[in-house]
Amino acid sequence: MNGYFADVGALARKDLLLELRARDTLPAMLLFVLATFVVFHFALPSGSSALAASGLLWVAIVFTALLGLGRAFVPEREQRVFDALVLAPNDRSAIWVAKALATLAFLAGVEVVALPVFAAFFHGIGAATVGGVVLADVGICAVGTFVGAMATASRARELLLPLLFLPLAIPIVIGGVGASIVDSPGRYLGFLAVYDLIFATLCWASFDYVVAE
Amino acid sequence: MAVAIALIFFVAPEDADQGISQKIFYFHVPIALTAYACFGWGAWKALRHLWEREPGADLESYTAIHQGVIFGALTLVTGSIWARASWGVWWTWSSNQLVLFLVLFLFYCAYFMLRYSVEPGPQRENLSAVYALFGVVLIPVSFFAIRLANDFIHPTVFTSRGPQMSGTMFTAFCVALAAMLALAFTFYSVELVGKRVDARLRELRAAERPATAARRVPEAVAR
Amino acid sequence: MIRARELGKRYGEKRVLWGIDLDLRRGGVLVVTGPNGSGKTTLLRLCAGLAVPTEGELEVAVDRGRLGFLAHEPLVYRELTALENLDLYGRLYRVPERRERIGMLLERFGLWDARHERVAAYSRGMTQRLALCRALLHEPELLVLDEPFTALDAEGATLLDAQLRELAGERTLLVSTHDPARIDPLATLRLELAA
Repeated sequence: MNGYFADVGALARKDLLLELRARDTLPAMLLFVLATFVVFHFALPSGSSALAASGLLWVAIVFTALLGLGRAFVPEREQRVFDALVLAPNDRSAIWVAKALATLAFLAGVEVVALPVFAAFFHGIGAATVGGVVLADVGICAVGTFVGAMATASRARELLLPLLFLPLAIPIVIGGVGASIVDSPGRYLGFLAVYDLIFATLCWASFDYVVAE
Repeated sequence: MAVAIALIFFVAPEDADQGISQKIFYFHVPIALTAYACFGWGAWKALRHLWEREPGADLESYTAIHQGVIFGALTLVTGSIWARASWGVWWTWSSNQLVLFLVLFLFYCAYFMLRYSVEPGPQRENLSAVYALFGVVLIPVSFFAIRLANDFIHPTVFTSRGPQMSGTMFTAFCVALAAMLALAFTFYSVELVGKRVDARLRELRAAERPATAARRVPEAVAR
Repeated sequence: MIRARELGKRYGEKRVLWGIDLDLRRGGVLVVTGPNGSGKTTLLRLCAGLAVPTEGELEVAVDRGRLGFLAHEPLVYRELTALENLDLYGRLYRVPERRERIGMLLERFGLWDARHERVAAYSRGMTQRLALCRALLHEPELLVLDEPFTALDAEGATLLDAQLRELAGERTLLVSTHDPARIDPLATLRLELAA
């Protein structure tokens, strides 16, 4: 068990280090989400309710995450380093866990800035929304990195990633939006937690089949 | 297959006295259930492929999902017709079933995009199988999500009249269901046979290549 | 250590490898030659466990942790330094006394001075040498090398020569090459693939 966590740690460290060096994904995601907010301002005619803005927050999160996810496996794919990681004696699911954690860190980093900005641009954000964002992030990163790994095998990976990801993300959006706007968000937060549990387990169990022949 | 079609026509006259919206119901719901069955079967075959490496399971899984998508598309179409007939609109978000099918339709269409953008080989089979499993897990999850969403997606005031089924109507429904399943199974078998023949042909063609066996120049093997 | 019977590999409709029989004992050295496209890389990937055979049987009596693989690509992260790359692999392979071993390998292959530079700045020869370090890091029992001399500079080639001679007795080697003359003296088993 110790070894597993050590592997995840080593791999996640590697991802964070790579991003620190390259410094391209994080700033891009940040810029993207802020630009999206500006677009939303113009996309919401003056009569729109505050609820519409809440809904759009979740659209922004999902698509910003997609931007980051598209970059997730680039280093492995470009130099076929995947082979080396797969050959190593570690449990292959550790690759997925590490990548998901790193992506989670990036997404959370972006949201730390984006959420306050959203609150300033549109309207306040309650605890339930923040809770929803946290839970949703876990689901997004878990499923997103998994599907991202699948997409690396294909010829049309940039096209495929959103196609594979979005249908799976629909329940997350429902949970998140619900948590943001409904008076008793407990059910939605619970739903998000269940989603995370189910899909994280499924991803963890089947990652081996995605990378090995 | 002829029997299946005959059965379907049998059903239609039985409820000719109902309004047209009721008649569509006898197609719409069995088609939907058949689609679920196809996806379920596809996922089962996918599991067999991953777990036991059952040869041919990948092809069966793919064919089943193909059928599922066809029937799924039909579900959406018949659902749309039903909505038009009942309430005069081409689409309604208030039918949980219909929305669920839309999500699933998107998901399984992506299955084909996945399949066709990866080179044929063991990796493609594995990826397809894993995705099929995700799909079958997504079905209940999406169902609950959509139900939850009804809280804040205020549906327009369309009461979806679930028909109360009397005895004869129920039998008619069951007959329709059986007919649909039989139809799906027939398509499935036909398509599967076609695909298997295809695969076999390709295999034979590939084996035709002049097999100059690898020449081996063994030196002392032991050291 | 490696046993194959009627081994074959097909990608979709394309048959890349067929009818391979071989029996490589522990400590032996198998040299695989053949023109481009004859399936050398595929055979090596099969033996390394990166691909699954579509025909025949293949038995490789070593587990992943004791196998070292050198591919066409160096399999190192270009944006990390040599030290960071080897540190990552060292952790993944649970190499004991990781730092010492890394230092020793970097020195042996003449990369010690460049250890803090990003791999992106390396020359082709240096990158290949780093890839060799990676493959040797965990003292594998079975070394699978895919055309190791191709990308090496002269200095690296000499170093590799020496290293292979040293290993030839104790470890099992599987090497594919364009230029058999170099490695031939060490070979205990030869396999020539036709296109």
